[in-house]
Amino acid sequence: MKQALPGGPPRVAVHNNPKVRSAFYQAVALVLVLACAYAFTVNASANLRAQGFASGFDFLGNTAGFGINQTLIDYSETDTYGRVFVVGLLNTLLVAVIGCVFATILGFIIGIARLSPNWLIARLGGAYVETIRNLPLLFQILFWYLAVLGTMPGPRQSIGLGLQPVLSAIGDGIAAIGLTAIADGFRSLAAWIGPPDIYLNNRGVILPRPLLGDGFEWVAIAFGLAVLLAIGLRVWARQRLDATGRTFPTGWTAFGLIVGLPLAALLALGVPISFEHPQLRGFNFVGGLRLIPELVALLFALVTYTAAYIAEVVRGGILAVPRGQSEAALALGLRRGLTLRLIIVPQALRVIVPPLTNQFLNLTKNSSLAVGIGYPDLFAVFAGTTLNQTHQAIEIIAITMAVYLAISLITSILMNWYNARTNRRFER
Amino acid sequence: MKRAIFTFGMAIGFGLMVAPATAQTLKAVKDRGSLICGVSQGLPGFSNPDDKGNWTGLDVDYCRAIAAAVFNDPSKVKFSPLSTKDRFEALKAGEIDVLSRNSTWTLSRDATYNFIGVNYYDGQGFMVRKGLKVNSALELNGASICVQTGTTTELNLGDYFRSNSMRYEVIAFATADETIKAYEGGRCDVFTTDVSQLYSEKLKLAKADDHVILPEIISKEPLGPMVRHGDDQWFDLVKWVHFAMINAEELGVNSKNVDESLKSNMPEIKRLVGTEGNFGEQLGLTKDWVVRIVKHVGNYGEVFERNVGSGSRLGISRGINRLWTKGGIQYAPPIR
Repeated sequence: MKQALPGGPPRVAVHNNPKVRSAFYQAVALVLVLACAYAFTVNASANLRAQGFASGFDFLGNTAGFGINQTLIDYSETDTYGRVFVVGLLNTLLVAVIGCVFATILGFIIGIARLSPNWLIARLGGAYVETIRNLPLLFQILFWYLAVLGTMPGPRQSIGLGLQPVLSAIGDGIAAIGLTAIADGFRSLAAWIGPPDIYLNNRGVILPRPLLGDGFEWVAIAFGLAVLLAIGLRVWARQRLDATGRTFPTGWTAFGLIVGLPLAALLALGVPISFEHPQLRGFNFVGGLRLIPELVALLFALVTYTAAYIAEVVRGGILAVPRGQSEAALALGLRRGLTLRLIIVPQALRVIVPPLTNQFLNLTKNSSLAVGIGYPDLFAVFAGTTLNQTHQAIEIIAITMAVYLAISLITSILMNWYNARTNRRFER
Repeated sequence: MKRAIFTFGMAIGFGLMVAPATAQTLKAVKDRGSLICGVSQGLPGFSNPDDKGNWTGLDVDYCRAIAAAVFNDPSKVKFSPLSTKDRFEALKAGEIDVLSRNSTWTLSRDATYNFIGVNYYDGQGFMVRKGLKVNSALELNGASICVQTGTTTELNLGDYFRSNSMRYEVIAFATADETIKAYEGGRCDVFTTDVSQLYSEKLKLAKADDHVILPEIISKEPLGPMVRHGDDQWFDLVKWVHFAMINAEELGVNSKNVDESLKSNMPEIKRLVGTEGNFGEQLGLTKDWVVRIVKHVGNYGEVFERNVGSGSRLGISRGINRLWTKGGIQYAPPIR
């Protein structure tokens, strides 16, 4: 018969200790993974050397020699592949950031529309979601590029979308009913703006380029000041609410500050902005800002496509808030707007934010479909053209993977931080 | 995305490859029973599938000639259509045995692959709409230009505009079809590529007569098939298939008279058709290798005329692609 051992827990052999065992297995697994990675690297570089391929990252310093049609920084054919990488990366980020912002706005509108008690609006929202999310994205990009933007007229037959013709027409209309002073105001505004400035053709959308004059930095300072004031106002309003229970219209005041202060500065300085107007010369417009159709098509497709998914995320999030919450809020006498803002949205956000992150990541990664329409994103100019000119597939694919991974992880970190912040409110 | 997966897959495959592929291509081709040949995604005259999926063209006939030499059957070829972007990776990773895809011979490419020779001497040119009333490439300042990405064309374009201090906007597409579609849709004023390709792409345009090819040739574009580094036997074999076709033309041996040439007493012809010497065997082939090539596919002149020359829809004149004996620069070392 066995007896209980006196004093302390039973001793076990080291190899039977569960802690030691689990650490041992994890160490074995780690060694195996590292060994695989090492074998992979050594093998690949040996094979490449055996076949006479250069390896390493020296190619980033070589001259690229090819042109790129949209660059956010200065770039010419004499620049290096390293600069090509930066140009491509910025073009990818441009699409990703603008795309995420607009997809979120459109997605929220459509998601809320689907919940509308209005039969027509709800059905329209539903039809949008079901149509857009069931068509392949590449097809939609090509649709916008070839079927919509591709049918625009050539540069010499551009469609002018001037603000000036509209304003002077309004001025003429007002003059006809005798209000000369107001009419003159419109006309001089039209004259100040100058000749038609927005053109639409198959080379893209051409806009006047704003040139900032002397003293414009004061406007920027006014803007920064307004933002700081708005933040201070919010803190003060919250404290007052906690202390006295009285609310303050923070939103409207902040809006007034952020718009009003820079505007006042602008007017006080005598509007130090002039415009460089695009002019048709030779083959195309010279001067002004131009949005290339590849960018426009890609953004339209990505925004509308991702918005369909975001709409469903938003709808799901709002529906996840129990009905009793809004009933209770209404019973307490909160108005509908306040109920939505203070009760429903904060609770819905908890459900919305994680899948919304997924959609942001999808949009960013889907932007590599740009290669189908010749938009010069990272994937097209770096993992495409540069790879083809330098033949350094492993390095370039590795860099490209690392970049997409980094963008995605940064997005995730930001969204997780936001999510944690949203959730903290419920723990107070 | 598909391309990313493709390229990435190749990178992985490359890393996992246990031993570098050497001197195995001919054996692999024989074991497989067919040649895998990388071609374009559709370029009339060079490599183009018809509505039944049969490939024709100058580059395609080179693949068929290799298959004829190895198997005595020009149909034992599998064609793998590749974009300009993917072509070299496919060759590097061993997806194809030979890349016969109107690719320009350059130093940097030759340093990583082997060019077997020049089967078409080409140069880069420009196509514009007649309506623009442009007569010279030097009038193209400020133009929008459609180009296929990953090509020497893209680099020559940069050089040309830079050296003439002209501005341009480049729009680079991944496939030839996307590029020509964008040009036709008016996205660009100019379409630029090798002149041979300009002629063949022009045929695809709805109103071919509204477009004109400008006289300037801005680059040397010697086009030819390529093989991987590290397999000298296969390199020699493919190279001599090319030389055999040129030698056959030079000696007047063609697909119609090749059987009679077996009875010829001319020593050069005897060596060519294998009635004297064992030249085919030195390449790992049979003695009658040239007979097989010429009977099934034809000599260089026949292949040229049938696909891109006066006998074809493209109607390009032989020009510098004539034999050296006729004022051109096509020349092959002797079989001896």
